[in-house]
Amino acid sequence: MKFLLGLTFVSLVLSLFFDKNKTILGVKKGIKMFIGLLPAILNVLILVSVFLYLVPKETLSNLLGKNSGVTGFVIAALLGSVSLIPMYITYPLAGILLKSGVSYRVLAVFITTLMMVGVLTLPLESKYFGWKVAVLRNVLSFIGAIIVGLIIGLFL
Amino acid sequence: MKKIILKIAETEYILVILFGLFILISRIFNFAPSKIIQDNFCLFFVEMITFLPFMFILIGLFDVWFPKEKVEKHIGEGSGVKGIFWVILLAMLQAGPLYGAFPVAYLLWKKGASIKNIFIYLGAFSTLKIPMLTFEIGFLGLKFSLLRTLVTLPVFILIGYIMETYLKNKNFEVKQP
Repeated sequence: MKFLLGLTFVSLVLSLFFDKNKTILGVKKGIKMFIGLLPAILNVLILVSVFLYLVPKETLSNLLGKNSGVTGFVIAALLGSVSLIPMYITYPLAGILLKSGVSYRVLAVFITTLMMVGVLTLPLESKYFGWKVAVLRNVLSFIGAIIVGLIIGLFL
Repeated sequence: MKKIILKIAETEYILVILFGLFILISRIFNFAPSKIIQDNFCLFFVEMITFLPFMFILIGLFDVWFPKEKVEKHIGEGSGVKGIFWVILLAMLQAGPLYGAFPVAYLLWKKGASIKNIFIYLGAFSTLKIPMLTFEIGFLGLKFSLLRTLVTLPVFILIGYIMETYLKNKNFEVKQP
């Protein structure tokens, strides 16, 4: 977070130095995006707050934590493959889950399948590439995501 | 009255309003669980509201200073390392969900990008977008983000090569639906 705040500050100063109007435009664009996404973000925070009350931290970290087995990992991979969650919501959610005891490995596989594999969008994807190629791309991406999750689990 | 209720039900804030009511009523009746839920929510909310605006400002600034039109000019420039570089750079400047990348993949195809680079584009688009990395660093840390980026990069480049090898002599084309 500190890194990011610093980066924003430096970028803002540099941007102001070079072009004031462009800076105002950029800041306006960012704030507009933020306001547009605020209700969706608040909704997720509410749902997560209720969810974390219903499912205690211990249960969560047993199921998806550092010492959890294959099951949690597989559930995360499958869930990521069939979900369509915008990243503006995925990351705040992932941040909360991380603090609640979910492991990096599980989060990595969930995020990567979420981004690269799209079961729900397969019909659309097939219109561009044909069914065979679309399915192949998704299968390869799924395998790739599993590898990414496993490797990250080795380090973090 | 009915009109007002209907209006509220239509807004995106309906859940927020219901949640507020729930907390309020729980307070009156001393419903204990709501206290924990409320504490959870306040903790998350304070964290989000202090950081998110800055992240979005950074994304907004990035958007005005690095227009993707400049990079688009280089697409189709060979299929070697240079081609891969431009395709990944273009993908990093985009925003939005994966299905937003398919129309761009079609445009790249029209512009003469190779099969390999089309799929490398899709991989980079889904995992290396700058706005996405901003959020990732903010919520999961620089270490995780760097590691995930470094591991994912070779994975989707490899997928690109596999797709090209498989589709080379199969009359593959990207269509516009």
